[in-house]
Amino acid sequence: MTVEVELALTVGGLYAAGLYMVLRRSIVKLVIGLALLGHAANLLIFTMGGLVRGQPPLMHPWDTRLWGRFADPVPEALILTAIVIGFGVQAFAIVLIKRIYLDMGTEDLRELQSTDITP
Amino acid sequence: MNNALPLVIAIPMITAVISLLGRHRPGMQKGVGLAGSLALLSTSIAILAGVLLEGILSVQIGNWPAPYGITLVADVLSSLLTLVAAVVVLLVSIASWTEIDPDRVAFGYHPLLHILTMGICGSFLTGDVFNLYVWFEVMLISSFVLLGFGGERAQLEGTTKYVTLNLLSSTLFLAGIGVLYGTFGTLNMADLALQLRGPTHAHLAETLATLFLLAFGIKAAVFPLFFWLPASYHTPPVPVSAVFAGLLTKVGIYALVRFFTLIFSGDAAVMHRIILVLAAFTMVVGILGALPQRDFRRIVSFNLISHIGTLLVGLGIFTPLALAGTVFYLMHDIVTKTCLFLFTSIVQRLGGCADIGKLGGLYRSHPFMALLFLLAALSVGGIPPLSGFWGKLILVQAGIAEKEYWLVAAVFGAGFLTLYSMSTLWSEVFWKDRPEAIGDPECECVGRTFLPLSLVTPIGILVFLIVVMGIWPSPFFHLAELAARQLSDPQMYIQKILQGKP
Repeated sequence: MTVEVELALTVGGLYAAGLYMVLRRSIVKLVIGLALLGHAANLLIFTMGGLVRGQPPLMHPWDTRLWGRFADPVPEALILTAIVIGFGVQAFAIVLIKRIYLDMGTEDLRELQSTDITP
Repeated sequence: MNNALPLVIAIPMITAVISLLGRHRPGMQKGVGLAGSLALLSTSIAILAGVLLEGILSVQIGNWPAPYGITLVADVLSSLLTLVAAVVVLLVSIASWTEIDPDRVAFGYHPLLHILTMGICGSFLTGDVFNLYVWFEVMLISSFVLLGFGGERAQLEGTTKYVTLNLLSSTLFLAGIGVLYGTFGTLNMADLALQLRGPTHAHLAETLATLFLLAFGIKAAVFPLFFWLPASYHTPPVPVSAVFAGLLTKVGIYALVRFFTLIFSGDAAVMHRIILVLAAFTMVVGILGALPQRDFRRIVSFNLISHIGTLLVGLGIFTPLALAGTVFYLMHDIVTKTCLFLFTSIVQRLGGCADIGKLGGLYRSHPFMALLFLLAALSVGGIPPLSGFWGKLILVQAGIAEKEYWLVAAVFGAGFLTLYSMSTLWSEVFWKDRPEAIGDPECECVGRTFLPLSLVTPIGILVFLIVVMGIWPSPFFHLAELAARQLSDPQMYIQKILQGKP
């Protein structure tokens, strides 16, 4: 049971670190922060799905459903999907920041305000 | 008829794949895009007809029974929105023929547009929370690319903000899904609705409702989460921002309506109160933001935010009449906002720029286009007998019936300011004389006089729809009422999906 406490603390730490990084001015740190937030959410799904040790979700041929405690495979399937999606999005974000750096020669978000300001 | 549901997802996907194969043949891409959009339109008409004749339609993908497999559901709201989305995509893809430059077409504009359509239609039809997340991501990734490609400086800056806040919203959504699954052991919307009807987990339901409100609120650009929208929507090519304005924020609204009528409707009633306050703030703050703007598309962007608030009014009041008002206003808003954004293209072609101070005299040179704009703008302002008037009338009636007078005042206040903002656009861009000789090297205000038919026709059709919804509103209101009746009585939905299981 203690593993769940540790995982909960890890999730909280990842959220805190992710939010801190997102609030930085550097665009590289912004992307790292978004990645950390994604990991935090995935780990949250994993922890919330319930941690069961040594009880694979297998059943006898004569059973029609699973009985008792078993490791639920659904959260893993969800996380797998979310990781793949997150990977794609992060790849895009990295290309984006590279393009911004090449075009504008800066990675400071404060210098990227021209679309926000009313002329 | 049930089997037609996956087609709504398959058709845009096949269209995207075929037009990707014809990457280097723009002519073929146009044809494929037109054929695919027409096929999507006819399928969605068939689905709406099926829903009206047979009631809610549903398909279990892979024939896995309800709470385990992924469900596709079409009730009146979903099928109606799919139909409007198909209309918008058809018209925007026609407008893109001339409004998207060859470089962007070679980069894959048409496939991206259809992948975006697939994500939008999938979000409208899915009956599973995680599947909704997946469709949101399909939609988001294609919208990231559509927003950023071309790589102009403003586009890159806009994309940074758009990507950041939308990814943040996805993270919140994902966290909500995790807690939802951990608590209730299911992600099927009907099953969740059933489990949340039980007495358990009331406090957790409110926490979850807040998480989802935040996640969808960012997507829908609700106050105070809307700042990514005016920072990005005026940067991409016009057809891209037209389809974004018409459909993307509305998917967020759809998700909010679905969640807060079906899943969080019992215990989390306090949430509807919060939605009401947010709606009032969104309406007023959004339109106040529009007043000092000078860029055509930024003015329309802030108007878009204000009307997101109007859409939420019905959800916040939460009576069948109010929900019908929201559904009616949703149809009106998708059509008019797409129309106004497409108008930017006309204005940029004729005036050479989008700064309203440097524009002028378009009424004298192009009175017909000015008339079309006037109809669309008055409809946004809520002038009878145009579509926006009826939507607001229903919402105001529902507000008075529930004695929410402050909200009615907010609707009226925002309405007057909208009218003011629209008349600013009218008088600056169309009515006043064109200012001469402004030496601004950034913006060479030399307009062309040629307007391609493929741009004027979609706008004409959209304005025609606005006028039809205005002078003949009863069939549209009837549809909205049917949708609202299904939304306010989720029992039908639940029984249809779970097929009489407890």
